[in-house]
Amino acid sequence: MAPVQVRGTVLTVRRVDAYVAMTVVAPAIATRFRPGQFIAVAVGGPSSSMLARRTFSVHDVRPDHGGTVEFIFLPRDPGAQWLADCRARDVLDVVGPLGRPFPVPRDPASCLLVGVGPATAPLFALAARLADRNCPTDFLLGAESADRVFGALTARRTGRSAVITTADGSLGSRGSVVDQLPTVVAQARTDVIYASAPIGVLRSVCALAGRYGLPVQALVSEPAMACGTGLCMGCVLPAVGNDGITRMVRACVDGPVFRGDLVRWDDVGTIPFDALGAPGWKPRPGAAGTASEERTHAG
Amino acid sequence: MPADLRTRIGHLDLPSPILTAAGCVGTGRELAQFTDVARIGAVITTSVTLEPRAGNPAPRVAETPSGVLSAVGLQGPGLDEFLRRDLPWLLSRGARTVVSVAGHSAREYGELAARLSDAAGVTAIEVNLGCPDAAAAGRLFALDASAAGQVVAAVRGSARYDIPVFAKLSPEVTDIVAVAKACVSAGADGLSMINTLPGMVIDPVSLRPALAGHSGGLSGPAIRPVAVRCVWQVREALPDVPIIGAGGVRTGRDALEFLLAGASLVAVGTVLFHDPSACSRIQRELEEELAVRGVDRVTDVVGRAHQPAGYAAERRSWV
Repeated sequence: MAPVQVRGTVLTVRRVDAYVAMTVVAPAIATRFRPGQFIAVAVGGPSSSMLARRTFSVHDVRPDHGGTVEFIFLPRDPGAQWLADCRARDVLDVVGPLGRPFPVPRDPASCLLVGVGPATAPLFALAARLADRNCPTDFLLGAESADRVFGALTARRTGRSAVITTADGSLGSRGSVVDQLPTVVAQARTDVIYASAPIGVLRSVCALAGRYGLPVQALVSEPAMACGTGLCMGCVLPAVGNDGITRMVRACVDGPVFRGDLVRWDDVGTIPFDALGAPGWKPRPGAAGTASEERTHAG
Repeated sequence: MPADLRTRIGHLDLPSPILTAAGCVGTGRELAQFTDVARIGAVITTSVTLEPRAGNPAPRVAETPSGVLSAVGLQGPGLDEFLRRDLPWLLSRGARTVVSVAGHSAREYGELAARLSDAAGVTAIEVNLGCPDAAAAGRLFALDASAAGQVVAAVRGSARYDIPVFAKLSPEVTDIVAVAKACVSAGADGLSMINTLPGMVIDPVSLRPALAGHSGGLSGPAIRPVAVRCVWQVREALPDVPIIGAGGVRTGRDALEFLLAGASLVAVGTVLFHDPSACSRIQRELEEELAVRGVDRVTDVVGRAHQPAGYAAERRSWV
């Protein structure tokens, strides 16, 4: 469903470990939302000098007050800090829900949800949706340290299993989620992987999953978005269409959820030489190159 | 009673002077989710090139104080796909479409104009002169009066006679009036200004330039005074040439500022990233700003700032 731009009232702002969790009353967004989608929030008030919207994956929607949307973030840059300083009853300009949601299996399948740091947030709404479809879910969560692991308790409570890793070993096993992936996949007899993490981790997860022949649905949070609505053309990454042609697609409208095998992870941050319209690119005579729709538009 | 926003330039009738600026509307579909594209003056498209272009690598966009630094690199599907997919869609939604064109030689620009002339739904052509000239070692066309004139002449020569041609000027020149005059004498029906200003942001975390292409174009409210000055200078020198003013328009009052400086039309660009429904809002605010000042028609304020100070005081509504 098409996104809407609304003025949402802040309901709660609270600290959750290292993160700030914010709940905003936005019934029009909450009713349209599907897991994996995100919102774009204007920061700094109506005459703000910060023109880029801050985008956040939706952690959860609830039916109270007509519909609320919750998201989490680290108050690092001035925009996020402004947001963290908001109080209940402040009003925010919010656009959403944006982007392509996680596709869910038609029949019950064993799903592994891999999340790192704040990017873990969108996985819990997905887990609830998977539970509705009788899919057993396993969690593999990671972060730099214990206070950056988001939702470990919820994962343990709602998942069939939950494995936690931290880089400093302060919670769960020391290391990265990638180190634990082969063990977890074998123990859980995983059919599908859902991953939400920095690009580097997604690249490794997709490479490993390719080895096991498992499909991955990957939620990207880089490159950073400036508008979230598809206008600025800033958040592009190279992805292969179903016609075999690589295009620079926008993470905000063609993603943020991509089929893991279609993103050219090693080429993120570059223009691959064979991408449509790359420097020196020549149209092949008779090729359907420019005429066919992009595969990633299909969602 | 709300002011009449209808604007006529030559034989071009627009319901409002508020347009979208080039490169800020995606394909038009993204914007249409938030703004009725049929009710704004016109949509200026992202610059169209002959061949598909992948653009620059990411990161392409960095936030700056009251602005955005961007280096998208003219990513687009190419002319064929634009004519097949995007232009008919804009026409079907009732939008008036000003097609921005970009190329690397006057011949490319001419070919684009010729092929656009055969298509339905082209209201006007805006010539993006902020492209590197292949024949001049990558110097932008807009930086050289004679190169800019050659491109405009090629477009005017190839475009159908009833499609107005606007030349988009860069502020990064010593004398913008000289470039403006060259474009007009080459046949431009109007001028559009300003394009972005070159800039750079260094990321304090990576200790490297924030954009993959190092430098980019600065846009947004940060450059508005530069844009207003350019519009003023060109209006002063060429009072009869219609101008599309653009550069950080955020409110109806900002749009009024451009109109007073001499722009007949005002394009909203970077602010759309912040507020995708900005065009409708600015249009509403402009109506209110005019009504407050007792102005009935928007055309009455165009270039008003050039009139002597006493003139405004005589008219009570302008005090």
